[in-house]
Amino acid sequence: MFEKPIGMKDTLPELYQIKKQVKDSISKEMAQWGYAPIETPTLEYHETVGSVSAIMDQQLFKLLDQEGNTLVLRPDMTAPIARIAASTLNTAERPLRLTYDAPVFRAQQREGGSPAEFEQIGVELIGDHSNSADGEVIALMMSSIEKAGLSNYQIAIGHIGFVNAFLFEVLGNEQRVEAFKRYLFEKNYVGFRKEVDQLPLSSIDQKRLKDLLTLKGGPEIIDKAQTIIESNEAKKALSQLEQLINVLEAYNLKDNVLIDLNLVMHMSYYTGAVFEAYSEGLGYPIGSGGRYDGLLEQFHRPEPATGFCLRVDRLTEALGKTKESITNDVCIIFSNERRKEAMNRAIDLRQENRTVVMQDLTGISNVDAYSAQFKEVIYFVGSNGNGGSFS
Amino acid sequence: MSEVQNSQDNNSIKSNAQNNTINKTKNNELLTVAMPKGRIFDEAVALLRKANYPLPPEFDESRKLIIDSPEAGMRFILAKPMDVPTYVEHGVADVGVAGKDVLIEEKRDVYEVLDLKISECYMAVAALPTYNPNADIAPKIASKYPNLASSYFREQGEQVEIIKLNGSIELAPIIGLADRIVDIVSTGRTLKENGLVEIETMMPITSRFIVNPVSYRTKSEQIDDMVERIAAVVEGENA
Repeated sequence: MFEKPIGMKDTLPELYQIKKQVKDSISKEMAQWGYAPIETPTLEYHETVGSVSAIMDQQLFKLLDQEGNTLVLRPDMTAPIARIAASTLNTAERPLRLTYDAPVFRAQQREGGSPAEFEQIGVELIGDHSNSADGEVIALMMSSIEKAGLSNYQIAIGHIGFVNAFLFEVLGNEQRVEAFKRYLFEKNYVGFRKEVDQLPLSSIDQKRLKDLLTLKGGPEIIDKAQTIIESNEAKKALSQLEQLINVLEAYNLKDNVLIDLNLVMHMSYYTGAVFEAYSEGLGYPIGSGGRYDGLLEQFHRPEPATGFCLRVDRLTEALGKTKESITNDVCIIFSNERRKEAMNRAIDLRQENRTVVMQDLTGISNVDAYSAQFKEVIYFVGSNGNGGSFS
Repeated sequence: MSEVQNSQDNNSIKSNAQNNTINKTKNNELLTVAMPKGRIFDEAVALLRKANYPLPPEFDESRKLIIDSPEAGMRFILAKPMDVPTYVEHGVADVGVAGKDVLIEEKRDVYEVLDLKISECYMAVAALPTYNPNADIAPKIASKYPNLASSYFREQGEQVEIIKLNGSIELAPIIGLADRIVDIVSTGRTLKENGLVEIETMMPITSRFIVNPVSYRTKSEQIDDMVERIAAVVEGENA
């Protein structure tokens, strides 16, 4: 076998078909919600897009251009779209609603099989700070998942603003906040609790910190969270979350939603409500998103933004469809002397919206095996017109 | 030993009735638990029994790889300790029991929810008693934990070459494959028997309860209940 770089995959026609169905149904939904599709380059400058992206530096594919600038294969779509919003679309009317469907690239350190290139399909809603915007992207994500054909899914919603404010009011300095956030990011609750025990905090504060780890469940979690916070910042975050839940209720989308105030998916740019989507029976998230009011600032155009992306490969896996062998429509097998006749027939059939393969008889080694792949085979063979049609 | 076993069995029978209701889930699905075979297994089973999970009695001597326990609402997979986080990360097991050593080495994307405080031991650097750091021109370390060992020595600012072995690590310094080894030490007997001495203690190790990030949300009722019950046992024992 000829080797491919680690983590790179071919998509053969049968799988392509399934993926296309998934993508088409989602794209259509996004378009119907008024999101305009855009494309961005595969290569970006490391210092602009690469460094602000939430993806770790060692996961970036890097290369040099002729001038010696470091380029990256785009590791996500949010940073490139932020770049566009701040430059090419700088003067466009806000809020901006944009959608994309594109492969992103992340080098894998482990397990040769896990994909280093995968397709993301998602939206960004830029310039709207309201809860309605957060609600809209979550609702659109859920609706997209359903349109793709998945009904058994769940969304977890958290709030990074809440985590930051709460940790800060208890711990009092940014460095410790970062340390504790990292434990949440690494999903290391044991380490979190041990760190709490080691800090010179009052037993009340220690309990408050440990209580944070239990804030996962239905809307009642917001009330529970109210009891461990004092600062206005944290209260503000919780009331945002509460309103967001109300918005989702208006969309009639409360059933598949879980509140998880420990959800920290990235160490960088998210600032407000964040969320992740899961499918029952698949071990990893199928999509994620959140509010990133700080990102556009890094492109010198501070403005609020929110968005989400779905992973096409995981969504496809979660759907659990089986690959169907593709039955081709019509094949016209011809010999040289009747080429013209065959061509005319092909043109006619294609006009009737049929799919027609034109195949020279001398180009096939096994006529029976080859023609078996088609629903209908028409022969234009021999000089005396004794060809015919077989179905 | 048998006495302890009996009292635990009684315990689990007593709690059967109670558990039948507790463990019923919304969709009646079994929770898949990845258990490590070997050293940690007995202690982990004892812990679950104390948390009133009616584990099947044949559990202890069975050679089966998958054991269902409908009464406990669980399916157990018996895996190599090093593989437990892999099963859990990929979601084929919802939860699992894994040593901290394995978690550091494997760096899997799983929730580390509870310190079970069982199978206590520690990571250590060991060498022959004649080991002289100044004579160590091209330092070589043999270990079953290449990632853990290399990040440890990087933090110490020491340049070393890591040699990965899959077992019998003590052999390496004796026959001159490496000068030092990095391994888990529980009683120190293995080191002693092979004439090695511990030269550095690296970190304490205990077993942890780990959870798949998706299951943590989609089966949160079942898992939260399990975490609570196990936590109560762990706290009770260490109070």
